[in-house]
Parts: sequence; C-alpha cells; structure tokens
Amino acid sequence: MSKTMDEVMRTADGVPLKVSLHKALVRSRIRALLLVLPLLAFLLVAFLLPIGYMLFRSIDNRIVPSIFPRTAVAIQDWNPAGNWLPGEAAFEALVRDIQQAFKDRTLGRVGRRLNYEKPGMSSLFRKSGRRAARITGPPYKEQVLRIDKRWGDVNTWRLIHRESGALTGAYFLAAVDLTLNDRAEIVRQPEARRIYRTLFSRTLWMSGLITVLCLLLGYPVAYLLATLPLRYSNLLMILVLLPFWTSLLVRTTSWIALLQTEGVLNDLMVFVGLITDDGRLQLIHNKFGTFVAMVHILLPFMILPLYSVMKTISPALTRAARSLGATPFTAFVRVYMPNTYSGVGAGCIMVFILSIGYYITPALVGGRTGTFISNFIALHVGQTLNWGLAAALGSLLLVLVLALYLLYDKIVGIDNMKLG
Amino acid sequence: MSLPIYATPLEKAWHYIYRVICAAIFIFLIGPIFVIIPLSFNELPYFTFTPEMLSLDPAGYSTKWYREFFTEDSWQNAVRNSLIIGVFATLISTFLGTLAALGLSRSEMPFKSGFMALLISPMIVPLIISATGMYFFYTRMGISSTHLGVIIAHAALGTPFVVITVTATLVGFDHSLIRAAASLGANPVETFFKVTMPLILPGIVSGALFAFITSFDEVVVVLFVGSVDQRTIPWKMFSGIREEIRPTILAVATLLVCVSILLLTTLELLRRRNERLRGIRAA
Repeated sequence: MSKTMDEVMRTADGVPLKVSLHKALVRSRIRALLLVLPLLAFLLVAFLLPIGYMLFRSIDNRIVPSIFPRTAVAIQDWNPAGNWLPGEAAFEALVRDIQQAFKDRTLGRVGRRLNYEKPGMSSLFRKSGRRAARITGPPYKEQVLRIDKRWGDVNTWRLIHRESGALTGAYFLAAVDLTLNDRAEIVRQPEARRIYRTLFSRTLWMSGLITVLCLLLGYPVAYLLATLPLRYSNLLMILVLLPFWTSLLVRTTSWIALLQTEGVLNDLMVFVGLITDDGRLQLIHNKFGTFVAMVHILLPFMILPLYSVMKTISPALTRAARSLGATPFTAFVRVYMPNTYSGVGAGCIMVFILSIGYYITPALVGGRTGTFISNFIALHVGQTLNWGLAAALGSLLLVLVLALYLLYDKIVGIDNMKLG
Repeated sequence: MSLPIYATPLEKAWHYIYRVICAAIFIFLIGPIFVIIPLSFNELPYFTFTPEMLSLDPAGYSTKWYREFFTEDSWQNAVRNSLIIGVFATLISTFLGTLAALGLSRSEMPFKSGFMALLISPMIVPLIISATGMYFFYTRMGISSTHLGVIIAHAALGTPFVVITVTATLVGFDHSLIRAAASLGANPVETFFKVTMPLILPGIVSGALFAFITSFDEVVVVLFVGSVDQRTIPWKMFSGIREEIRPTILAVATLLVCVSILLLTTLELLRRRNERLRGIRAA
C-alpha cells in the first residue's frame, strides 16, 4: 500500500500533477483578475471614493473644532449638565478663536453650522466677530457677556460643547425631521422646519404610483409585442426603443410644449370646446406634470424586461389550458400571468429605483408640489451650501436604493441585466 | 395573436378594444417626440401651433431657430464641449470596460458576481448621489470645473454599459477558438486582435455607443462637477428651460431626435450582424 502512495501522477519535470494543475489554476485566476483590475482601480478613484466621501461628509463635524480649536479644548472639562457657565479660561479661548476666525473670514462658517442646530446663532457670531476684535485683555468673561446676553445663556455653551466633537449625527437627525434640544434629547423639529419626512414619503408614494402606472401601460404593450409575428413586432419595437434612446431633456421639453397652459393640449381642448379659453387647465409644474413625464420616460424600462420574459413563454401553455376547458380569461390569469412574474418584478424594481433618484424631470416639470428628495439634495449642494445635510439625505436615499438593488439581484440576478 | 375562427363575439370585441388600447399607448410613447418636430419650425417664439401653422401657411414656418443654433457661439461651444467630453469619456470606458469584461467572462475568475455588482454600481446609484459625491470629492482633488473632471466622471458612469454588453457578447464565445489560435502559434495579443476582437466587436461598439449616449445625454453630473466652461448641450437645454424658454431648444431637440434615430439604426444593424455571425457558427 505504501508503495502506491508514492506513485502519484507527475508531469514531465517530476512535479506532482495535482500541484502543477493548482499552480496553473492560480496563474489563470491572477490573469483574469489583472484584466479586471484597471477598471476597478479607475472606479475606485472616480466613483467609489466619491461615494464614500459623501457618506463621510454626512457625519463629519470638523467645522467647529477646526475653526475654534482653543474653545473646543477649553470647554472639554466643563460639565454641560450643570447649570453654570464655563470659566474665564473658556471665555478667553472663545475671544481668541473669534478674533482669529474673524481675521481668516471663517467665522461665518461656524455661525452657519451652529445655526442649523439653533436659529439665531449665525447673527450672534456675526455680531460677536465685529465686537470681539476690540477686546485686548482680561476680564474676558465680563466683556463677552456685554457683547450679547446670549453668551450668558448656558444653552449656547451646551451647543458649542456638543458640536465640538469630530463626528455628529445631527445631519441624519435633521434628514428625518429630528433635532436635539438644549438638554441633548432627540425631539421633533419645530413645525415649520419639518419637510423631509413629507418629501421622503412623497418620493416613495409617487414613485410607487409611477411604477404601477408603468406596469398598467407596459404590460399590454409587452404582451402585444411578444405575441405578434416577428416582422410586425420588430416594427412596433422601434416605437418603444426610440423614446428609450431619445435624450431625457428632449422628452421633458416635449411634455412642457404639450402640457403648459398655452401649450398644445390646452389649445386643443379649447378648440374642441372641452374647456373655455380662460379655464385653461394647469397640467404642469405640479404633481400631474411629474406623473405624466416620468411615466413616459420610464415606460420603456418596464416594457423591455416584460417583453424579454414573455418572449420565452410558450403559447402552447395557454392553448393547453384552453383545451382543458379554461375560458380565455382564466387561461390568461392562471396560466400566462404567473409565468411573467419575474419580468414584472424586474421591471417594477428597475422603474422604482430609477424613479426615486430622479432629479431633472421633477425639477423642470414638478413645480413646488411635484419635487422629489433629490431636488432638495441639489438645493443643499448648490444653494444653501448645507453639504452635511445634503450628504445625509443622499446617504439615506443610497441605502434605500441599495436595498432594492439587492432585491433585484435576488429576483433577476445582476448577471442577467440586459440592455436595449 | 390572430383571432381563431371559433372566437365568440365577446372575444372579438375584446380583441379590437385591446388593439385600440395598445395603439393609444404607442401614441403616448411616440407622440410627444414627434410633436416637437413641426413646433421647431414655428415662426413665432411660442411652444404651440399658431393659426398660421395649422392652415399650412408658409409664412407661419421658419428655420430661424435652427439658424440661431448653428450661428450662436454659446450653442456651438456646447456642441464642442459635448463632443470632446463624450468622445474621451467613451474611449476610457470602452477600453477599461472591455478589458474587465474579458476578465469577468473567464471561467477561472474568482468572486465573479461580487466584482460584477461592484463594476456596474455606477449604473444603479442614482445620478444625484453620484453627482453629489463626485462634486465633494473632485473639488477636494482640485479637478472639479475642469474638462478632465467631467470626462472622468462620465467615463465612470459609462463603464457599466460596456461591461454588460461585452460580457453578453462573450457568453456565446467559443473558447476553443483561442486555444486553436494558440496551437497554431499565435501569441495572446495576436489572438486577441485577430480572433477574439472581430467576434466581439459588435458588443464593443454597442457598449461604446451606450457609453457615448450616457455622456452626451447626461446633465446632473455636469451641472455639479462642471462649471460654465464645461457647458454641454443638455446643460444649455436644462438652463434654457428653467430660465428663458426659446424655441431654439425645440430645434436642438429635433436634431437630437435625429441623432437618436441614427443611433438606434446603428445598434439594430450591429445586433443583426451579431446574430448572423452566431448563426453561422452554430450551423
């Protein structure tokens, strides 16, 4: 027996075959990996790191500690739960920091950052910047308290103390309409500032309805395309593919031309006598406009996966059902439809994912009532410059989309994703 | 879909109603795209049909919006920017995407689905999120508001399309062809250019077209990452619709519809060529 153990198969140069094969396999694996590597490295820098950086921005809180380093250190040992102000040393640090930041023109950023948490902070810092420049020596506390009585409010100091750490959850709280009160308890935002929950739920229910409408319109068309003889269906397919390939802005533009108050559809209705000239309907810059334009834009994304699934269903199935006595309706509902569920799932998730992240179309035709969460992300990036909140809203949206993506992978498999 | 002769009257009625419904949906799909074509020839700066246009009076029509597009510097600049950014982004994403697809379709590739998920993530993540992240990060790197920044961003967005189309072409690829080439003395590079490449070319070209149209049509990332110097056609259209709405936009839209018809035809021809090649091999 021991002799046969020694007689393993070997290659010509005496290496056991097993080892040699394993080596070859490892080598070809490395070769395959090397082909993927350049793209992976490129995407890492161009795409994955930016996304990671955005996620980081949503909890990044370096504004206060980096611009007010002395104050941040000085109030470290101060007990915010107590009911007394910090000591002279903290006030001296504050004056130094304000003077420095005033000189560097960074004071406004601190004011704005704290203003997100507590309205009025921005003006307090602006005012203090000008006045603190004149303070040259002690007693600091007394002089600072003379600038504005809010410096004598323990809550102001509690806020600075809270926001002088390097990380914060405040942006995420703000993204779901929550905030911290003076005692650092999580409470709801004041009524006037509650907008994001409404926006998230609006984005979700409108996307849901858009998905359902796409399914209702897409299913019959996909069925027609899948059952017609090839020479007709290829022609009709062009009617689906042309919108798919046409620029998003072109399609949005045409809906504006069609739907606006002085537009084609209103003119037509006035002409036919359906409405009077001064009773023109507001069809755009509201939810209706968003619905119509989005359904039009996303419909091909529903039809194409449905079509590719329906194409594989054998017509013999329904015929068999009919021959067994089913009515056409029963045969369709109980035999044909269950076979299309994977296509329905793929199309619905695709449309829903695309819809909740849409920005351009709602921005152009949505007016004020038809905008989505992405429009507010853009607003905070471009105009209010509250990047932390934009990043937090983006992160929440990203989590939602990735969850749906996993679901898509479960139902269809990412490998099976097809285009056109 | 033809009606059997034994169909009941109810079935017949439903059959025709169903066709009418489908026709209506097709009109909904295609109508808006064709409405803008006559509108772009409007003499007056309106977005609707004037009485003169409806009575087919030649005076109601004009090509002045097209003239404006072809003569105005800002539009011509936008065309140039769109082409520069689109072409370079397409080159990058086609090259990297094809390489990756070749690796991914090898049977020895470890963690295949994991890599696939990662590589096509730019297609899944909503544009607004990608744009926000890229804006923050590229600003940090000092490449925002440059052509380079926008090109890199668009190349990243285009790669998933190339990876998907080329991998799809490689599914039916007969790997013994490569071994045959090797046994006949060709080195890997020769094998790629003389054997693999001609066979997967339709996939590469349609992937490249997808990547190009992604860049050519993209506006969110340009708005965020770019600045006035990177103004592309979609950017001009977007700001045009938001600020001063002029029929020049309709003229541009009509031209873009022509571009997409051209693109669609090319893709269809490529698909047929691909099918024909496979048919020959199967036979």
